[in-house]
Amino acid sequence: MNFRKSLTYILLTVAALTFLYPFYWMIIASLLPESQIGDFTLIPQELTFSNYLTMFSKIPIFRSLLNSSIVAIVSTTGIIVFGSMVGYALAKMTFKGRDLIFFIIIFTMTLPFQITLIPNYILMVKFGWVDSFAALIIPALNSAFAIIMFRQVFRSIPDDLISAARVDGCTETQIIFQILWPNIIPTIITVSIITFMASWNDVLWPLIVIRDEQLMTMPQLVTLFAVGGRSDAQLGVKLASAVLLALPVIIAYLIFQKHFISSMASSGIKG
Amino acid sequence: MSKEKNKKQILPYFLVSPYLLHLLVFITFPIVFSIVLTFHKWNIISPMEYVGVDNFVRLFNDRMFWKAIVNTFVFLVIHIPLQIIIALALAYFLNQKLFFRAFFRAAFFLPVVISGVVVTMLWQQLYSFDTGLINDMLVSIGLPRVAWLTDSKFAMISIAIMATWKNVGLYVILFLVGLQSVPERYYEAADVEGASSWQKFRYITLPAINPTIFMVTILSTIGGFGLFIEPYIMTGGGPLNSTLSAMLYIYKQAFEYYHMGYAATLGIFFALIIMLVVVIQKYTIEKE
Repeated sequence: MNFRKSLTYILLTVAALTFLYPFYWMIIASLLPESQIGDFTLIPQELTFSNYLTMFSKIPIFRSLLNSSIVAIVSTTGIIVFGSMVGYALAKMTFKGRDLIFFIIIFTMTLPFQITLIPNYILMVKFGWVDSFAALIIPALNSAFAIIMFRQVFRSIPDDLISAARVDGCTETQIIFQILWPNIIPTIITVSIITFMASWNDVLWPLIVIRDEQLMTMPQLVTLFAVGGRSDAQLGVKLASAVLLALPVIIAYLIFQKHFISSMASSGIKG
Repeated sequence: MSKEKNKKQILPYFLVSPYLLHLLVFITFPIVFSIVLTFHKWNIISPMEYVGVDNFVRLFNDRMFWKAIVNTFVFLVIHIPLQIIIALALAYFLNQKLFFRAFFRAAFFLPVVISGVVVTMLWQQLYSFDTGLINDMLVSIGLPRVAWLTDSKFAMISIAIMATWKNVGLYVILFLVGLQSVPERYYEAADVEGASSWQKFRYITLPAINPTIFMVTILSTIGGFGLFIEPYIMTGGGPLNSTLSAMLYIYKQAFEYYHMGYAATLGIFFALIIMLVVVIQKYTIEKE
């Protein structure tokens, strides 16, 4: 191995440690007694779950995990179903206004969310949806990104496949969900990961529409725990809540790492 | 037959109807209503009060809002170049035959998938003056401690560094895709001509990845204008309002003071600034 190659390895290793070590530090620190957190660097001396137990007694963290899961799963499913319906119509059907609708979809993608944030909150108040999952799920149910992804993949599917299915007596909805879906699994995975992650990590909108602690999403609950006084400024307890918030995503990432990277990169390229 | 044809004409509209309904309720109506709100004073509870152009007058005289806009630009001006340089450097080194290449890539990408809430809480501790890892490292190499989050000169820089750490992995991947699209024979031809590594980078690599740089700039500009949760958790907008981002200020106006009309005015105005900046970026880059 030459000098140049060695230098590359050293540089990349230092970079990798810069990204990984803080997470290692956070996980270990959350398992240490408060007095030892400041001194810890590499190998812990004694581990304890007391920070976690304190946190469990103060906030309904598992309830929030359940809430976040429900909201993310329902939103993602809705976006996949509606997104493929609209994408199919735009890709494979001719009708008046089709191009206009496609133009509008592209246009809405360029609209900064800051325009609609406040009026949408007022809508939630008027609909009586504040402090309900409806406020977290229904406004999120349409994604221009998903529609564009589905339109694109449906365009690549040969018309013969669809005509054959029609001859066999399939309705258009059957064609979409039974004939076409099995053929576009990579796109479904990409849209699912992007949508799920966006829903899971969103914190601004939940902060606005959810006040009831029992209905809060996980990032929202952890945020309010971190900035509010209830952690009694105990670092270990705060870090314990952050670790639990990160854990499901870290596990999913370890398993589906390649899908995460390719999906999120493709959303960047297309978006 | 005519019934069949009728069905065929209705069907596409049936398929797009959920989208159109959603568009009407959650995008079209809010935009119109937002414009109505800009001419009113409203705290949601009492009736709306028509105030003419008062909100606009107030906006132009609102020093705090302009400070928040400037802060947001300061964030972007530090964050975007830093992110492009680091992402490009990491992608450049990754773009060769290496052991553990997939591992490096995955390591760089990890912070991208983790919630910004976790990253902010973690970095708040890394930046801690007395016990933070970063100051401990500075001390160990003989440098003084830095008041990363409590000195108004440093606080926004600290947030920009953290945001770069969180997002850079995504842009490493985008740059890798760009770098891999450069045909190998270009470099071979340059080798024959006796070009140096720097010349190859400057005259072959850089022009080829220009579209990626453009895309990264636009994406991180739009993302960066949304800067909210990091200062919300880390500094609350302080010290001395040095990390008060435009989004955080709008949030406070709307959901802490319940100035809905004024907050809607700020929202529209800020959105126009965002669109203007993105259009200018597109225009200047296309011209080049």
